[in-house]
Amino acid sequence: MERLEYTAVGLGSAIKSGKVTAEAAVEAVLARIKEKESALHCYVTVDEEGALTRARAVQKRIDSGELTGALAGVPVAVKDNLCTKGMRTTCSSRMLAGFVPTYTAHAVQKLEQAGAVIIGKTNMDEFAMGSTTETSAFGVTRNPYNEAHVPGGSSGGSAAAVAAGECFYALGSDTGGSIRQPASFCGVVGMKPTYGTVSRYGLIAYGSSLDQIGPLSQDVTDCAAVLTAIAGHDDKDSTSLQREDTDFMSALHEDVKGLRIGIPRDYFSDGLNGEVREAVMAAAKVLERKGAVIEEFSLGLVKYAIPCYYTIAAAEASSNLERFDGIKYGYRTTEFEGLHSMYKKTRSEGFGAEVKRRIMLGSFVLSSGYYDAYYLKALRVKALIKKAFDDAFAKYDLLLGPVAPTTAPKLGESLADPIQMYLGDIYTISVNLAGLPAISVPCGTDSRGLPIGLQLIGDCYQEKKILCAAYAYEQQRVFE
Amino acid sequence: MEKSYETVIGLEVHVELATKTKIFCGCSTAFGAEPNAHTCPVCTGMPGSLPVLNRQVLEYAAAVGLATNCEITRETKFDRKNYFYPDNPQNYQISQLYLPICRNGYVEIEAEEGHKKIGIHEIHMEEDAGKLIHDEWQDCTLVDYNRSGVPLIEIVSEPDMRSAEEVIAYLEKLRMLIQYLGASDCKLQEGSMRADVNLSVREAGSGKLGTRTEMKNLNSFRAITNAIEGERERQIALLEAGENVIQETRRWDDTKGESYAMRSKEDAQDYRYFPEPDLTPIVISDEMLARIRAGQPEFREEKMERYRKEYGLPDYDIDILTQSRHMAELFEQTSAICGQPKKVSNWLMVQTMQLLKEKAMDAEDICFSPEHLAKLIALTDAKAINSSVAKEVFEVMFTSDIDPEQYVEEKGLKTTNDAGELKKVIEEVIAANPQSVCDYRNGKEKAIGFLVGQTMKAMKGKADPAAVNAMLKELL
Repeated sequence: MERLEYTAVGLGSAIKSGKVTAEAAVEAVLARIKEKESALHCYVTVDEEGALTRARAVQKRIDSGELTGALAGVPVAVKDNLCTKGMRTTCSSRMLAGFVPTYTAHAVQKLEQAGAVIIGKTNMDEFAMGSTTETSAFGVTRNPYNEAHVPGGSSGGSAAAVAAGECFYALGSDTGGSIRQPASFCGVVGMKPTYGTVSRYGLIAYGSSLDQIGPLSQDVTDCAAVLTAIAGHDDKDSTSLQREDTDFMSALHEDVKGLRIGIPRDYFSDGLNGEVREAVMAAAKVLERKGAVIEEFSLGLVKYAIPCYYTIAAAEASSNLERFDGIKYGYRTTEFEGLHSMYKKTRSEGFGAEVKRRIMLGSFVLSSGYYDAYYLKALRVKALIKKAFDDAFAKYDLLLGPVAPTTAPKLGESLADPIQMYLGDIYTISVNLAGLPAISVPCGTDSRGLPIGLQLIGDCYQEKKILCAAYAYEQQRVFE
Repeated sequence: MEKSYETVIGLEVHVELATKTKIFCGCSTAFGAEPNAHTCPVCTGMPGSLPVLNRQVLEYAAAVGLATNCEITRETKFDRKNYFYPDNPQNYQISQLYLPICRNGYVEIEAEEGHKKIGIHEIHMEEDAGKLIHDEWQDCTLVDYNRSGVPLIEIVSEPDMRSAEEVIAYLEKLRMLIQYLGASDCKLQEGSMRADVNLSVREAGSGKLGTRTEMKNLNSFRAITNAIEGERERQIALLEAGENVIQETRRWDDTKGESYAMRSKEDAQDYRYFPEPDLTPIVISDEMLARIRAGQPEFREEKMERYRKEYGLPDYDIDILTQSRHMAELFEQTSAICGQPKKVSNWLMVQTMQLLKEKAMDAEDICFSPEHLAKLIALTDAKAINSSVAKEVFEVMFTSDIDPEQYVEEKGLKTTNDAGELKKVIEEVIAANPQSVCDYRNGKEKAIGFLVGQTMKAMKGKADPAAVNAMLKELL
């Protein structure tokens, strides 16, 4: 079967105009999965039968005029930490290998209401802990640009699936860069919205105060369409924001004249790969030529972001993952003597090394006697980082920089040195600490042909400015 | 010389709030359903579920705080208390450590030396856990999460109590305040009020606190009193023997009348408290606080004072009537309808209390309406029914809140005013009981009682005994 060369929005209008059916779109995706999946392994679960059934049902509602949205009938892949009723949701962990949720995550429900057809669940770092998708209990995902390299993580399956045409767009989650970094490594668009823009209800929590769901897509237009579909207040999530300004499609224009863009010098220090630096600076030049005002400045505190993030995220994770105990659902060890032995064996066998490392780290920083020195101090640093961004946004509309210091590393290179892996998050995690929106847009490839991502960061609620600049850049980039 | 010891007691009281739904989800709090009938992803700790605070919990907690003279924390937050146990579905309990909703309050009790203030350190909100049920047949333990997420407040007192009497007075006071607020029914036996006793002893006059123990599993005032006496003696015996009291949690066994150690301070868990990231801080606005303040009811002391002035009732009546807000309101409403407070009081103090006791019910469970009680009083006043019929009718009203007028009509219980009919019956009774008639005529006054009884029986109770008596005398 022919690969359907459409963006998500493009496919949506092709379905509406009757050129393609939703069922044909699913069939095309399934064929593509059949062709690529053995090499790439983007999915943990592909629900062929279910997807076809859903596509036929959606097609009827499109034909009857009930469904008219931009994404009606378009196949989507969902990261495997978003609950889907009746469809296995594993977090790529042995702990949840057989777990079938009794309810569907709010964001996924919103997509379903918009007529999206869920193809399956994408591979990820176990419980979203990792930057390479290598900590998955079900095997690695490979980068579609070069199968010897990782796709990034933790939403590596989602990014690779979009890049390889194994879906038309995907949902991911971003706690410290888990949407933007794999988007950057796989040459797709990925956006983390302002904290609270998309309901977290049904997202299996990693770091609750940092987690945010967002789109991974082929271009900025798709990104805006998906974000429009999933954003909005949800009574079931107390941290969900009341926002009226969620028609993100309205931001898709090229007028960036007078847009003030700050480039943090701190993001271009020694650790940054030369080719990445060049590509990002070239992208800045493109926006400058279109009328944006570009200026370098010092953001400050960048080196504190990583210890701060790993303290807070690990602390929350250590508590969030306590519910996986073998009692109610998920994995339970086969042989044990008494309750405590069951707990210990279940969790020792059910969790992988990186998850255990973060649970231990988090338990330690919350322990009595260490709480003030680590956790409280990290909260204070978090507030200072937010303040540094506030100061920057007093002068600039957007900040521009790289997403990651390098392009995608080779498989197996990262896990041997976790500290080095954590340092790779340096440009993405402060955005989560400050609750800001940010996007990753492809801005070229390195000499090995591996994609490079441009990061645009906005102030809280300023997704539209980000989408506008990203769209303007993308249009120009196409012309060059 | 024998040393004299002072007992120092502080209390941690858990109160289940009377909300219709749970603290962080919409599930019902109703008691007695099938296991796990009242559960959802939130209160069973399913992955990805999130808590949303039930505002009624906040209002009840603040209302209890105001009633106990606490400062209300205007920006209050929830924290997670982490510990593994199967009844705790997330393996953390959402509670409050750093910014509890109420702090620095007190209640006044009547102690031996007169009024005494018992300090309240704090009141915080939290969720209850589920219930473990051991299945002996299959040798396994099952969990019922119906109770998981039922809202609780924990009221932590200062170590200001010195005897079991003071502890009971403090608990009675809390119970009365909270029941008047309608925030909980505070039943110790059913667990909607639970008290843990922290107790230490020290030599009289010493300014330093001794090592304390915490006593759990106290399900009645009697158990609390016994546990306090027992623990005081145990600690004094240790000190007298030159040993130390160990800081530990002990479980009271009321049937054996002794306690045993559950866990010591050394194996105390590190709960790794930290701010609950899934709930945003709660700001209590001036308006909300003013509204809660305005909603505070007239509490017992105020009511008692007013009853003395307004109704002129004896203290004995007032004491009983105000023991429950429901009873007091029933009294006030019925009195307002019939205008005879003492008669209302008598029905409540005597017949109502007696039936409550017989049926082991609480005053809160009284179901009859003030309108019906007023009607019953009116029926007796009009001599439409006699007092024994009235008692019968009241019993039916007590169980099923019937309309006494209608009931008396339907059952034909009205006193007969037909003098002719009464005369006919009495003549028959006189004719049928010559011996009693003879006795009476020979000066045996008591014999008339028997004849009245026979007449009432023949009239099926529908006569006024005074009228029967008078007519009998006349005819004899």
